[in-house]
Amino acid sequence: MIPAAFDYVAPTSLAEAVSALSEAGEDAKILAGGQSLIPVLRLRLAFPSTLVDLGRVDELRGVREDGDSLVIGAMTRHSEVMDDPLVRQYAGLLAEATATVADPAVRHRGTFGGALAHADPAGDLAAVALALDAELVAEGPGGRRTIAARDFFVNYLETALSPDEILAAVRVPKLEGFWGVRYEKFHRVAQAWAIVGVAAAVRMDGDTPGGSIAEARIGLTNMGATPVRASSVEGALVGAADRAAVQEASSSVAEGTSPPSDLGGQADYRQHLARVLTARAVTAAAGLGG
Amino acid sequence: MRVRMKVDGVVYEDEVEPRTLLTHHLRDGLGRVGTPIGCDTSNCGSCTLLVDGESVKSCSVLAVQADGTEITTIQGLAEGSTWHPVQKAFQEHHGLQCGYCTPGMILAAVDLLSHNPDPTEDEVRHGLEGNLCRCTGYQNIVKSVLSAASEMRGDGPLPGSFQDAPAESHETAGASS
Repeated sequence: MIPAAFDYVAPTSLAEAVSALSEAGEDAKILAGGQSLIPVLRLRLAFPSTLVDLGRVDELRGVREDGDSLVIGAMTRHSEVMDDPLVRQYAGLLAEATATVADPAVRHRGTFGGALAHADPAGDLAAVALALDAELVAEGPGGRRTIAARDFFVNYLETALSPDEILAAVRVPKLEGFWGVRYEKFHRVAQAWAIVGVAAAVRMDGDTPGGSIAEARIGLTNMGATPVRASSVEGALVGAADRAAVQEASSSVAEGTSPPSDLGGQADYRQHLARVLTARAVTAAAGLGG
Repeated sequence: MRVRMKVDGVVYEDEVEPRTLLTHHLRDGLGRVGTPIGCDTSNCGSCTLLVDGESVKSCSVLAVQADGTEITTIQGLAEGSTWHPVQKAFQEHHGLQCGYCTPGMILAAVDLLSHNPDPTEDEVRHGLEGNLCRCTGYQNIVKSVLSAASEMRGDGPLPGSFQDAPAESHETAGASS
């Protein structure tokens, strides 16, 4: 299948990209890695007038340290994120979840920023961004602004970005001290979307493994129209020191969620999965498996 | 738009519509039909090729995005009449049945081995997870890749499926334990 015709511009700086997007008007779309957008165009589910390709904007790629945070360029490819030494050191949860996205060929093209801006609640990385309290840096004609991940995902495939804004970078606060992490993804076959995924980061009391949980962060994939931060369970997990306590605390994780019912599973099945996977993810992250 | 790319060692410069997919440009524009199109939805991986040495699904890349790149398809993998070790291993280990997925499988395997020269069987399976074989010939595909890895590391190929297989022993059949 062949996409409908569109105009194409490939700016080489972020400033050029912002003005190209404004000039192209409201029917323009940004092309990042294209691993979601190009299939959508091929199926003729979208008819953008212009594609503004960010693939040649080098300043949007790469990972750097900035004080207590990592700054990950929006166009950094999944294959670069998962192998980046800074990401592995300070945001291991992101490295682990990124390694489960699609397959190696898709990870060579797909980008961190593109995945977040696409805002598919079945995508793995939005739940991670929520759990890590990431901040999203958007650039538009009016300048630059920072949006907290909890305010970024507005609805199904809808974000807080305005049509003339470009996601430029993602600031991920470093996890320092003893944090255990785990991304539990449940899917039918290799490379399939998550039926449910749970992103967990857990800090242990006294910063040593084997104690009790001092702080927990839980993000849920595909449990609603947007990725979900499971705050109530985070509170309930504090103090848990064994597997039974983690399971008990995890049992309320699906309360208040409205997951979809589709070929991957019914809503109640997803809620069951969320409880099981949360307990698994937290147990593994906390090193309480024994 | 004008695009220039080096495909299997030959530089091509052509006018393409922005909506032209890389796979269509190669097949229809350049007549390089060694890269098949399978599912048309970026699931199956049969159109996998290497762009600047990295595997991509060419049904999900626009030709204009590949402007200025160097592309390797299955047609450019052999050195003259000498097959690439992965190609050779697929023949020796019967890593193909109908052959439709084979170009993509081989290029995905070449990409995997460039990052991980000594993969475990599990790592081979994960490395090829974006490539589907509808003949379900995965066992021999995995054997082929492991053998190619061994050969490329200088350890020589693993025994082939047929010619080098040891004669089956019946001595233990029915033996009591």
